[in-house]
Formats: sequence, structure tokens, C-alpha cells
Amino acid sequence: MTDMSQPPNNPIGQSLRRREDARFLTGAGQYTDDVVLPGQTYGVFLRSPYAHARIKSIDTSKAKAMPGVVAIFTGADMTGVGGLPCGWLITSKDGTPMKEPPHPVLAQGKARHVGDQVALVVADTYLQARDAAEAIEVDYEELTPVIDMSSAETIGSAVHDDVPNNVCYDWGHGDKAAVDAAFAKAAHVTSLTFHNNRLVPNAMEPRAANAHYTRHDDAYTLYLANQNPHVERLLMCAFVLGIPESKMRVIAPDVGGGFGSKIFLYAEETALIWASKRVGRPIKWTAERSESFLTDAHGRDHATTAELAMDAQGNFLAMRVKTLANMGAYLSTFASSVPTILYATLLAGQYKTPAIYCEVKAIFTNTTPVDAYRGAGRPEATYVVERLVETAARDMKMDPAQIRRQNFITTFPYATPVGLTYDTGDYAAHLDKAIKIADVAGFPARKAASAAKGKLRGLGYSCYIEACGLAPSNIAGALGARAGLFEAGEVRVHPTGTVTVFTGSHSHGQGHETTFAQVVAAKLGLPVENVEIVHGDTGRIPFGMGTYGSRSLSVGGTAIIKAVDKIIAKGKKIAAHLLEASDTDIDFENGEFKVKGTDKKLPFGAVALTAYVPHNYPLDKLEPGLNENAFYDPTNFTYPAGSYVCEVEVDPETGKTTVASFVAVDDFGNIVNPMIVSGQVHGGIAQGLGQAMMEGAVYDSGSGQLLNGSYMDYTMPRADDLPSFTVDHTVTPCTHNPLGVKGCGEAGAIGSPPAFINALTDALGVKDIAMPATAERVWRAANKIA
Amino acid sequence: MSIPISLTVNGKAVQASVDPRTLLVQLIREHLQLTGTHVGCDTAQCGACTVHMNGRAVKACSMLAVQAQGASITTIEGLSQDGTMHPMQAAFRECHGLQCGFCTPGMVMSAVQLLADNPKASEAEIREGLEGNICRCTGYHNIVKAIQFCQSGAQPAAA
Repeated sequence: MTDMSQPPNNPIGQSLRRREDARFLTGAGQYTDDVVLPGQTYGVFLRSPYAHARIKSIDTSKAKAMPGVVAIFTGADMTGVGGLPCGWLITSKDGTPMKEPPHPVLAQGKARHVGDQVALVVADTYLQARDAAEAIEVDYEELTPVIDMSSAETIGSAVHDDVPNNVCYDWGHGDKAAVDAAFAKAAHVTSLTFHNNRLVPNAMEPRAANAHYTRHDDAYTLYLANQNPHVERLLMCAFVLGIPESKMRVIAPDVGGGFGSKIFLYAEETALIWASKRVGRPIKWTAERSESFLTDAHGRDHATTAELAMDAQGNFLAMRVKTLANMGAYLSTFASSVPTILYATLLAGQYKTPAIYCEVKAIFTNTTPVDAYRGAGRPEATYVVERLVETAARDMKMDPAQIRRQNFITTFPYATPVGLTYDTGDYAAHLDKAIKIADVAGFPARKAASAAKGKLRGLGYSCYIEACGLAPSNIAGALGARAGLFEAGEVRVHPTGTVTVFTGSHSHGQGHETTFAQVVAAKLGLPVENVEIVHGDTGRIPFGMGTYGSRSLSVGGTAIIKAVDKIIAKGKKIAAHLLEASDTDIDFENGEFKVKGTDKKLPFGAVALTAYVPHNYPLDKLEPGLNENAFYDPTNFTYPAGSYVCEVEVDPETGKTTVASFVAVDDFGNIVNPMIVSGQVHGGIAQGLGQAMMEGAVYDSGSGQLLNGSYMDYTMPRADDLPSFTVDHTVTPCTHNPLGVKGCGEAGAIGSPPAFINALTDALGVKDIAMPATAERVWRAANKIA
Repeated sequence: MSIPISLTVNGKAVQASVDPRTLLVQLIREHLQLTGTHVGCDTAQCGACTVHMNGRAVKACSMLAVQAQGASITTIEGLSQDGTMHPMQAAFRECHGLQCGFCTPGMVMSAVQLLADNPKASEAEIREGLEGNICRCTGYHNIVKAIQFCQSGAQPAAA
């Protein structure tokens, strides 16, 4: 543990207003589509209108002759270029590796989902590129699309010719024999079968890229709406295009939301980089929203049967889960890990269930690829656990809070039967607090008041846990990860004592420029204004893994702290020289280097200046300068957990469901900026309620067309669909990082869907209702109409 | 074929010659380099492109530039005066009414219109008034708070 210095105005724990806001509020933000480069051209992708089709021929001759057209490329031009890689190897129960069929940058002979990219048109203007794309003639031979996961193995049509049964892998996790034995002696088994609906991430900024090859240095610059520019660069350079990483700079400037969808290496930016050298001019592409629907990796889409075995007192004995997970048409960058490593390992939830077994079969279909979306596997796991637990309480005629309480893990560290070791937590504390804030005691009276108006009222709980800061690298590697999971930070102290921090974490709404500055300012005893945060540019920052999985503060923040520790250690040596003391006698606190037991001291700025103007300096023993970097590989995940209480009111005549109140009590460990943390929770809850109430990609099972591929059709929460939320906290600090932080970005999206469905099923008096619980579904359930 | 248009944008006279199919938002972003106005959905659903035209909030992604012939347009860049944020902009910062910032310009322009139309809007009326703007980050909670803060006339504590 690193000692946190506590200056008089310690910025840690303060709701400092965000420094990034001034530019966003005045229109001065710079997103990828805002960047216009000299000689700019525009790229438009021609996409397959069919879910599954053989491409018999492509005729670009007419299109190439159209005004302004610079070039047109098809898959035939890219033979010899590698496919997009998958970053996690999953091994099936029978020991065979997952199937990894090629994921071509531009379609090679076959289109595998509606929106699959078939050609890239480059023109002087966007409209010219669009016009030309429409003039390309493609002769398609339609094939039977594989849409429904349940029939994919037997349909007799293969998404990939070399995977005839469309099964990517068939994986198992846990002790099957122990689980089966526990079920055999159980007093009661609760079971549920449901679909965790497919979501479209819908970051408000569509994906965009601007690819620029420069001849003078034979190098590439890629502006990209992306969450992890180094990962992007590594995958594209090393695995697809064979470009030295030293010849590529990826800049992810202001990024308008990601929610996971901007983690991945996509075909579009890869094609643009490849083409930019061929046309010798920068090429910009910005997705239309309909393209985002068809090509941003989707989330969730699990079909699951889950069972919970209990003794007669409602003590959990074992859990058994069987899931079909939709991979879509290709393996996206981290797709394989989401329904396995990030899912089955979370099935213990907050409970001491002694035995758990989970089987996951991953299926290729002719749909958009599926990958990590806010929570990634953990929302699906939480939905399984918390729907089962609530249903079990009803089956056992027990209070749903009590059945949870009696099964809570209460001693830490705790090794679950699915491979994780929780370091700390106090689950009863946040459940108690949530129950109090939500006034659960007053619920019967509110229910009666609703009934008097002809409304149905219900209350539901959700006690989620998640694992953030995926780590450590060596263990993840043993589980199939093909990437490191560390983070990097560099702290550059300037001669005048101001500081620039370079972080491998990326901010696309999370406010790192503020929070990270608070952390560094606290450590160095500096005004927050003196600390600048730089992220999102491989030309400036050290090699980092970016932002996903609520890792930025716990992993990226720790890397920065380790670099700051090195700065302080070196500063002590400089100060010792100046103060004519031994460096072991120097303390650093509140921004000052002091000789222990004396009043001799130097401010941080004086030491910084001396480091760069080393006239009175131990040059024989110490390098000049004050510039340190650090890489941090966590020793364990962090385990945020919380208790949510949702109350709904249903109008049985219309099926309209109103969220009457939503209380979230989270344990994120220590909190650096409460305002920002609450904002993350609000947004997460909104996305989770979106999943539960209204969102869901709908594919036509015959044609494979995405039926709700625009904001006219795909419903997302708007302001009047949601209530104000009540957000509060309990704190058990993480035990293995110096800030004691756990991560807060995904919690709301993880915990809220089961809380809502538990409340809704309580109101309706039904065992289950499918997500999204649309007004029609609710109306049918309320009126018992199939 | 291109069509000449003249209009006023953020108080300045603008003349341009545009392809007839050019959208107002394309004129603003690409011809005038005012990139604070964003395109989020192309279908007038998300409101990221909201600007004021002749004092009314409009969605610039679903209007042709030529329809703004002679109009007076205010974009997010024109909302602050002499480097001082409009009270609605300051309220969004004070109340953390934004995260990624992409929907924010449109959200602020709509919010200004909302209070101009209904200065004493209730929370329910504010939420209803934001129907035409989608935010994926904030869950609207702090956007509503920001509009209420602006409504109250309170001064932000933070600089």
C-alpha cells in the first residue's frame, strides 16, 4: 500500500467540476469527424443487403468513371491481407480450440451478415463517394441465412464453410459432478429459461476514422473513435497489415461514448489505412447511424436455462447453467471471452453457493458480430443469479431480502467455486442501506394506494457483483487471453513544477482529465490546475491497454501513482542534496520536501527546477530531469458490488410500466470524485433499464434483416421514460491497489435489469416476463393473454 | 449545380454556394467549420444537431441548407457571449449534465428553447421537453438537474 499524502485541501473525495466540460459545452470538443486533413478524401462502404450470400461478381467499372472517384477497392484487391484477429482463445470441453474462421477486411467471395462490407469507394467528396457506391453492380447468390441460434446446428447451412455445424466452441466451467450430486439431494430446485436480449450499444458518436499515409516518412496516422488506441494499433499492424508499429500513430481524440463498442478492431479503419497508402491521400469515413446498427458489435444475446438447488431452508446448494451465446457472423476482438471468462466466473454472485457448473455453446449466425457491451458477460451472469434468487424466494415463500442475506458471503478473502477470489466486501451493509433508503417497509401501503387507482405495484431487488480490472496478465494468459492486461502511466514534471500525466487509459465520457488530476494533485500536494492529463494518442502516451471493464482508475490510476512514487523518491534525493541531509531523512508531505525533525524544507517546485537546472546537483550519482513512467499489472480483479431496489407501477389497461423509484447502493471502495461516480451509476442504470424495458435488436428469422436498425425503430430510454435515481454508497476499500478503488462504470448496467424484472414480475404476479418488457408484453401478462 | 444562399450564423453574415442536397448541418459543420453541432442519427431522432433558427430549436440534420435561406442561425458556438458561458452551459457543468459531450450541444440548445417556452417547467415537463434529444451517458438525471438549476437562477459554485 502506498501512503496517500493528505494536503490540507485534499482533492480526493471532492466533487470537482470537470475540466473537460468547457470545451464540450462551447462546441470546442474535437471528435474524429471534426478532423479535416489537407487533401482529404471520403470513404463510403458498399455493404451487403443480404444476410448470407455468395458474391458471384462485382463490377465497379461504371462507378469508377463517376465524378470525383479516386479509387474503389474490393476483396479481390486485398488478397494476401490477413483477417481481423480474435484476442481470446477458448478451448472446448473436448480439448479442441475454438473455431476461428477468417474475418476478411473486405468480403472475400461471401457476405455473412447484412452490412458486411463488400467494397470501399474513395472520392473527393462524401456525396460523390455515395453516388459511386450506388453504381457498383454486385451479383449475389442468396444462401440460407442462419439466424436462430437454437436451430443453427441442424439448419444445414454454414455461416463459414469450414464450420459446418456453426458451433464456435462448446465450453464448460466448474465441477459438474459436485453440482449434479447437490441437485440430486436438493429439497427444492428453482429453474428459469430466458433470453438475455441482444442490444445495440449506440454510443451517440457514430464510429469514425480518418486514415492518413504520409510518403515523406512512410508512416500512417489514424484518427479513430476508439477506446484503446494502442490495442488497435497492435492488432492492425501486427496481425492484419504487417506494418511496423513504429510507423503507425493512432489518435483517439474526444470520443463520444463507447460502452465497449469502440474497443474492437473493425474492418473499416483497417481498410482505410490500407487504402490510404494506395490513394496517397487521407480518407475519412463516418458511420451513418444505420451503418452503426449493422456493424458496431452488438451485446448480450444469450439463451439460457438456469437452475438453483436449495435445501428446505432456502440455503443454496448448487447452480447449473446452460447457455447458447450468439457470436454473430465473425469473431469480434474479444467476443469469445464475454460469454465464458467474463460470465461463468461471476455466477457465484454475492452468495456462498458451494458448487456451480456452467456450459456455454457459442454459435455463429448471419448477424452482426456480438462482443463486449457495458458489463460484458457480467450483466448476463447477474441476470441469471438475481432472477434465480428472486424466483427461488417466491418458490420458497421467503422474503427475497432474507434469502439473499442468509446466503451472502460474509468472510473475506473468499474463493468462489468458479475461479475468483473476492478480496473484500460487506454485502449486508449495502442491502440494509438500500432497504432503508427505498423504504421497503412502506411498500405495502404504496401497493395498496396503487391498487386503489387500478394500478399494479411491484418491488424487486438485485444484489450484483462484478469483476473489474481484468487481471493478472499471467493468469489471464493461462485462460486464453492473447493480450496483456496491465496499464501504463508517465508523469512528466516540468521545470516550473507543473505536471503532465500521460495515461494509457482512455476517457470517452468518464472524466479522467479531472479525476486523474485529482489523484496526482493529492499525491504531489499541488493545485489540481497544475496537473494536465494526456490520453488517447499513441504518439504521446506509453503503451497502454485503454479503457474497458471499469478498469481505468484501479489499473490506470495505480500505474500513475507508481510513477508519482518514483518522482517523489527521486525528488527526495534531490532535496537531500540541496538540504545537505541524507535522503532517508527526507519526508514529502503537502507538496514539500522536509528534513525530519527540523524546519528545513523545500517546495516541490524548487526541486523540479533543480532537476532541470542541475547546477547544484549530484550529477555523479543522479540523472537530471524529473520524468518517470510505470507499468502496473494488478494482482487480482477488483469486486464492486451493490444492492439495488426497484419499484414499478403498471397500468394493466395499457401495459405501460413506470419506474416509480430506483435506489442504488454501491460499494465501489474509495471514491475520488463522487459527482462523476454518481453520473456513471445514473448512466449505467439507464442503459440497464433500457435493456429491461425497451431495447432489443430484432432480426427477421427468414431473411436475416435487422428490423429495427434506426432510432425510428430501436427504442432507447428518453428523459420521460426514466425517473430520477437515488444513488448512495457503502465503502470497503479494495485491498490490493493503493487508492482502494474498485471501478464504477458498468455497475448500473449490470445490476438494474434483474431489479426491474424482479419488480415487474412481482407487480404482475408472474414467474417471468421476457426482456424487453414492452408495453405489449406487459399488457398481455397483466391480462393473461398469450 | 449549386445554389447560392445567404444567411446569418452566430451574428455573422454568411454566403455560400451549395449542392442543393446539402443539409443544413453539413453547411454548418463542413462549410463553416462550426463542428460543435453534431450528427448522431440522420433521422431527426437524437437531437445532437439541434440549432436555433430564427429563435426556434430545429434539427439541422433534417433540413436542407437552402431552407435556411435568409435565416438567422445560432449554433452552440454562438451561445456563449464574450467568452462567458450561457447560464444553461454553466448549469450543465455545475450539475454534471454531460459525460462524453457528444449530445451536449444539441441538448443545451434544446434546453434553452425549453425554458424560453416554459420558464417554470416542472420536472415532468422538462423530461417531456427533452423527448427529442437522446443522451446515452447520463441517464438524463443530471441534465434535468442542470435545467432546474438554470431555472432557479442560482450561480454555479465552481469557476
